[in-house]
Amino acid sequence: MNELLLTLLTFIPTGAAVILAVFLRGDDAAANRNAKWVALSTTTITFLVSLFVLAGFDPSDTGMQFVEDYTWLMGLNYKMGVDGISILFVMLTTFMMPLVIWSSWDVTHRVKEYMIAFLLLETLMLGVFMALDLILFYMFFEAGLIPMFLIIGIWGGKNRIYASFKFFLYTLLGSVLMLVAMVAMYSQAGTTDIVALSEFNFGSETMSVLGITVVGGMQTLMFLAFFASFAVKMPMWPVHTWLPDAHVQAPTAGSVVLAAILLKMGGYGFLRFSLPMFPIGAEVLTPLILWMSAIAIVYTSLVALVQEDMKKLIAYSSVAHMGYVTMGIFAANQQGIDGAIFQMISHGFISGALFLCVGVIYDRMHTREIDAYGGLVNRMPAYALIFMFFTMANVGLPGTSGFVGEFLTLMGIFKVNTWVALVATSGVILSAAYALWLYRRVVLGDLIKESLKTISDMTAREKWIFAPLVAMTLILGVAPWLVLDIIGPSVENLVSNYQTALDHGAAAAGQAVSH
Amino acid sequence: MIQADLNIILPEILLSVYAMVALVAAVYTGKDKIAPMLTWLTAAAFVLIGVWIGMSGEGTNSAFDGMFTDDAFSRFAKVAILLSAAAVLVMGQEYMQRRGMLRFEYPILVTLAVVGMMMMVSAGDLMALYMGLELQSLALYVVASMRRDSVKSTEAGMKYFVLGALSSGLLLYGASLVYGFAGTTKFAGIIEAAGHGQTPLGLLFGLTFVTAGLAFKVSAVPFHMWTPDVYEGAPTPITAFFATAPKIAAMGLFARVLHDAFGGVVGDWQQILALLSVLSMFLGAVAAIGQTNIKRLMAYSSIAHMGYALMGLAAGTAFGVEAMLVYMAIYVTMNIGTFAFILSMEKDGQPVVDIASLNMFSRRDPVKALAVLLLMFSLAGVPPLVGFFGKFYVLRAAYDAGLAWLAVMGVIASVIGAYYYLRIVYYMYFGEENDDLDKNRAPVLHVFLVVAAAMMLLGIVNLFGVEGAAQAASMALVK
Repeated sequence: MNELLLTLLTFIPTGAAVILAVFLRGDDAAANRNAKWVALSTTTITFLVSLFVLAGFDPSDTGMQFVEDYTWLMGLNYKMGVDGISILFVMLTTFMMPLVIWSSWDVTHRVKEYMIAFLLLETLMLGVFMALDLILFYMFFEAGLIPMFLIIGIWGGKNRIYASFKFFLYTLLGSVLMLVAMVAMYSQAGTTDIVALSEFNFGSETMSVLGITVVGGMQTLMFLAFFASFAVKMPMWPVHTWLPDAHVQAPTAGSVVLAAILLKMGGYGFLRFSLPMFPIGAEVLTPLILWMSAIAIVYTSLVALVQEDMKKLIAYSSVAHMGYVTMGIFAANQQGIDGAIFQMISHGFISGALFLCVGVIYDRMHTREIDAYGGLVNRMPAYALIFMFFTMANVGLPGTSGFVGEFLTLMGIFKVNTWVALVATSGVILSAAYALWLYRRVVLGDLIKESLKTISDMTAREKWIFAPLVAMTLILGVAPWLVLDIIGPSVENLVSNYQTALDHGAAAAGQAVSH
Repeated sequence: MIQADLNIILPEILLSVYAMVALVAAVYTGKDKIAPMLTWLTAAAFVLIGVWIGMSGEGTNSAFDGMFTDDAFSRFAKVAILLSAAAVLVMGQEYMQRRGMLRFEYPILVTLAVVGMMMMVSAGDLMALYMGLELQSLALYVVASMRRDSVKSTEAGMKYFVLGALSSGLLLYGASLVYGFAGTTKFAGIIEAAGHGQTPLGLLFGLTFVTAGLAFKVSAVPFHMWTPDVYEGAPTPITAFFATAPKIAAMGLFARVLHDAFGGVVGDWQQILALLSVLSMFLGAVAAIGQTNIKRLMAYSSIAHMGYALMGLAAGTAFGVEAMLVYMAIYVTMNIGTFAFILSMEKDGQPVVDIASLNMFSRRDPVKALAVLLLMFSLAGVPPLVGFFGKFYVLRAAYDAGLAWLAVMGVIASVIGAYYYLRIVYYMYFGEENDDLDKNRAPVLHVFLVVAAAMMLLGIVNLFGVEGAAQAASMALVK
């Protein structure tokens, strides 16, 4: 059973998608209801299966667990497994998907296709976090673009076609260079096994490319190729511009998946590939990345401040929060990386919830303009409470999970680069500014808009969707060790390997000089 | 001795005899009335001979003093040529018959072209090469202008003929130079002259001209100008034929000449091929963006795909040839599926080629739309579809051969190219109003489309074993 658990987990949603595609006929209300129930129950079952994985997971073992390994064509392998770094992303995905499906209960346009797209997307996202073969990873990573392209393009807003093309081509352009780097890695190391590649030393002799001297040689080049992909996916400033468009045009559920899970693939990629495989390249570029992160935090927070569209505001706030993540990862110490993973998990809940909050009022008023709202607290007290809670969590109020992640990453970076830490900390204030201002404009004040006079509060279904998210945000806020205990040993292993590799590199460089 | 030689070329002889018998029989019996039957018969003959070659052939045999080579490489190419030609014949039959274009000469000319292609991939001598090439080309010129009353079709045939003659001239000139400096037309002799020590400059001149002539046949930039016009002008079933079998034959011939005759001077032709490859990939990707005619779009798409296949060839290694063969096999499958769809695009019984007519096609026919979606993403090389593996193969071959820059160029071009494939998906799925295409009920086309699309998805398990065959083929060619 254990041998096939991960494959089973990954492909349960695909199985349901195939069943929907083949057996569900018709376009009437009954067929739509069946499609919704099939999708909801499948994602729930997937979550339950993932609980088995979590229960059987041993945090003290820093290696891969539940490993499956089969030969595939061209010397590649179908290899899956989880470790302390990936397991929580798997859990995040399976946890969010039922909520995402449930939140789309009111979709009426092509329901069957909608559910199929989300089910396939879940398979592909799970595959990304579990694949242990370079090309297998790439396939899951890239294939996710297809359902997301369709989700934005078919069920999106007014400007959906522009947004879907921009999303697809932008992220594709980012990824293809990674493919070339993967080919190069395969060629040099003779394997595509991610675990073996983490232990392989790629060349780091200074070399010259097109007349430019590249310190760190091959490692720097490969690092840059992977960086191009993950930085776009993350997204990091200045390649974040696809995100606001995609978020604004995507349907609510699409935005939630995008913010809660798809963005985490970039951070996961940095931890799985960039740091362990190209430590010297990473070190060469760390200062640049740290400053890019600091700029991202401040700049996108400022941009968020002036947005008039709620979704766009939250999208920019996501970019800022991802800035903490990259900063924490490239601080490359225990606190930094712990904090980065924690921040990603917590941001998954919080940003997902915020997009759902926007979805709740968008479903009623069909506008995302901040100016169209005001004084909602008078008619929607429950909504005001939940929105308040997640606004505070987004700001990083102690007691919510948002605080732990930000604090840990800031502490990690403070040890490495005080100036970056100083700049980044100002982001905490700015995030409070835009988030609270948004809240005041939408929820507080008098209800003067005629159109809002009849707005109704959240339904029971909507409240129940938020309940697990509120619970997770609070639990992780007061008991962060639940996460840190699981990721701790693996992160420690990652950090120590990274340091060893750097010391080796330095020793080798020293020898070269003395010769 | 002659007995053994004849045995080796038995498939070609059988097909030639078949063509002549069919011609006589058709003239004496019913002419066009038996054309449908003849089409099916020809397709069946192709499949039979294809299976026979694939199953029975073994080792490397050479006939007529090295003029004709039968090895794993030629067999791989022949099987691919025969099967794709059979598929295209079957696909186009109903379309042509309904429009009164199905003349009995059509299957016979295709047979002759196929015999020429089989000669090409087996050529062991410049004369044999030219013979095969011209047999193929002359048949294709006629087929392209099949619809005599259509200006566009005649124009397509004319353009193809004039430019084809020019390229044959280039090739012949190159061949004469090679002969002059190597003293022989046999590949085995040329490789002796070109491989050891100082290669005569004239031989390299000859190589360049031969390469130019062959580049025309695979429609690589800058010898591609004929492709969009011929694709657009020729009747769609014939366009489908142009996009598949002759492309494999030309690529096979290209590989054969470069490795069998000029395998010793890889460094000299590698740069030429790399340049052809880069130009084709980028021109194919950029020029297709503005197309509204799906046949022209597919023409530019095939130019881009030839660029990728040439990338494998440019590597100059056995793995490069393997990558090229796998790429071509995948490319042909995708194109058969796509053309099965294009053949079924009709409005009020008239063929339509405007992309915009696909508006909201997913509403009218979800199954077909899904199949086309899979094919488009596969053509774009997006994982997890099989098209991605083709790209991965050639990228690896190029990188291993030290052509990392070519690999980088290739992936960038693939992103540009993805745009126009996405545009087709966009029309089918994101449009607003229905543009009513007829619900074409030709079951054959439906089957080809769906099977090709399913292969794109299921092939990721093991590529249907093409990998092993391609590997054997490349080993036979590159020693």
